[in-house]
Amino acid sequence: MREPPLRDSYRFSAVYAKSVEDGAPVLLTRASDAHLTERLLKPLWRGGPFWKLSLLVTGLGALFFIATLLYTALTGIGTWGNNIPVAWAFAITNFVWWIGIGHAGTFISAILLLLEQNWRNSINRLAEAMTLFAIINAAVFPLIHLGRPWFAYWIFPYPSTMNVWPNFKGALPWDGAAISTYFTVSLLFWYVGLIPDLAAARDHAPTLAKRRLYGILALGWRGSGRSWRNWQMAYLLLGGLATPLVLSVHSVVSLDFAITQLPGWHSTIFPPYFVSGAIYSGFAMVLTLMLPLRALYGVEDIITTRHLDAMAKLILVTGSVVYYTYVVELFIAWYSGNIFESQLFLWLRLSGPWAWAVWLTYVLNFVVPNLMWFRAFRQRPVLLWIASVLVNVAMWFERFFLIITSQSQDFLPSSWAMYRPTYVDGAIFLGTFLLFGFLFLLFLRFLPFIPISETKELRHALVEEESRLEAR
Amino acid sequence: MRSGLLAEYEDPEILVRAIRALRREGIVAMDAHMPYPVREVLEALELPPSRVPIYCFLGGLAGASYAYLLQWWTNGFDYALNVGGRPLGAAPAFIPPTFEGTVLLAAFGALLSFLGFSRLPRLWAPVDEVPQFSRVTSDRFFLAVDATDPRFDRIEAENILLASGALSVSAFGLLPRKEAER
Repeated sequence: MREPPLRDSYRFSAVYAKSVEDGAPVLLTRASDAHLTERLLKPLWRGGPFWKLSLLVTGLGALFFIATLLYTALTGIGTWGNNIPVAWAFAITNFVWWIGIGHAGTFISAILLLLEQNWRNSINRLAEAMTLFAIINAAVFPLIHLGRPWFAYWIFPYPSTMNVWPNFKGALPWDGAAISTYFTVSLLFWYVGLIPDLAAARDHAPTLAKRRLYGILALGWRGSGRSWRNWQMAYLLLGGLATPLVLSVHSVVSLDFAITQLPGWHSTIFPPYFVSGAIYSGFAMVLTLMLPLRALYGVEDIITTRHLDAMAKLILVTGSVVYYTYVVELFIAWYSGNIFESQLFLWLRLSGPWAWAVWLTYVLNFVVPNLMWFRAFRQRPVLLWIASVLVNVAMWFERFFLIITSQSQDFLPSSWAMYRPTYVDGAIFLGTFLLFGFLFLLFLRFLPFIPISETKELRHALVEEESRLEAR
Repeated sequence: MRSGLLAEYEDPEILVRAIRALRREGIVAMDAHMPYPVREVLEALELPPSRVPIYCFLGGLAGASYAYLLQWWTNGFDYALNVGGRPLGAAPAFIPPTFEGTVLLAAFGALLSFLGFSRLPRLWAPVDEVPQFSRVTSDRFFLAVDATDPRFDRIEAENILLASGALSVSAFGLLPRKEAER
């Protein structure tokens, strides 16, 4: 007898899930819906000393972050290592790095939703939260880089008494529009997805205060057929809107660079180059966060080895696209015959004062993704975690040398200058991690970080599919 | 739904059978409540297609027009700024904010119409008074039959629901007078 065709994705996931060696995934066990709901809601009712201690540390860190921002705002940008010509320096490096990290969250939740990749359902909430917090961190940098952040609202078109309007032919109002839209739409998408789970939290809340809090947040969700139908449609549409949006945000960020005249920046490859780098680093950050969480909360049967394997493959794919753009950039620098381009790429970057950062990036971004060809790396959490951290180190240095080298030595040797960051630069960057950790810990404690209704829906479909196949 | 009967089920397949049984009797005003969307139930309910996409599209159209016209008018007329000799109405340069405006208002169109058509936010509804209903977000499926349906008859509907395999059937809300008297 011939095997039934493996065209159904659910069946395929069942076969695949069994083929990796870490026990039965929760979707294949007969754990009841009630049990699953209670289990996924458990972190909401119980903090634990480890969580409290981490929250205290990161909370103090978030205060430290605010202090560094206040110090910069009150003293001035002179506290940073920025100079002329290197005016963008650390702040814009951090901005590009953080906003890039956000991209994977939207990619996982929106693009994989449209492609019906059901494995996304265990990790999309977590990745979307990461997106939101990464955008918050990213948005701090252009704001504080203004020097007078209290005038930031000048970027938005409003009828001012000065009778002027923003210049929409420049990239900065585009940035303002792109980032504020990205944050808002990501938040809406996240919230719409959360509504059914907030209702579950409401119905399981142990105290009246919590019941009221989640009740208000759930907006009175009762899971009626009508509301599910509209919910599914709205969720799909938001996914469809977020898909081009996520591709546009880093494209717009890359235009900040590409529409200038500087060698190394003035290039049409920038939008795809930035987007692929963003998704690549974002996947790595999802792994960096997900791997410890999975062990700490004991959810290895929900975020399975199969998820790690798929994420690692995506790192390989996006990493290869990034590397392809490196090669194209270097080739064009030589092939164009432009002396400024070739001076920058072939001399300054490969052998100048920042050559160590350039080579670090080139080596790490080649070696680490290519290790993902091997199952031994894809399916071992510890190795994968180290790889994910190295990817983000490499991606930070990529943005660093990209921004510093082009500015420090451009057309006129008389205006060349070196760049050194100060301790304030470092402190602000450290602060963003602490703020990120603080927000992420709050998220883990107060919101269900694995989607409950989507997990149950997936389990229902899978169990049904299995029983149908058994009946054949 | 103001009032009616609420039947509790363990399995969506039994719920589908109950929906069909009621429809055979001519009762059509009903809604299911589920912890997660089950395609068969949504199909059996024969709901009209969602109108969320229309409002999402209108939102997108409004966003695109607003963003483009704002840039065109401010940079071309109200504060005409010559940047490097580029045309005042530089259409290609206006594309990125136009795109962002489209996405932003389309997203709001989708969210607000989803909430509106789902009658949310609504923090209390008569079905909440049924104690078993709190399991709707966990593992139970419910079928609410609307008492305003012209073919609604409490005894008959209750019998159909119980015969279909309901774990429990409870009345909710203030039933119409002719029903309450029985």
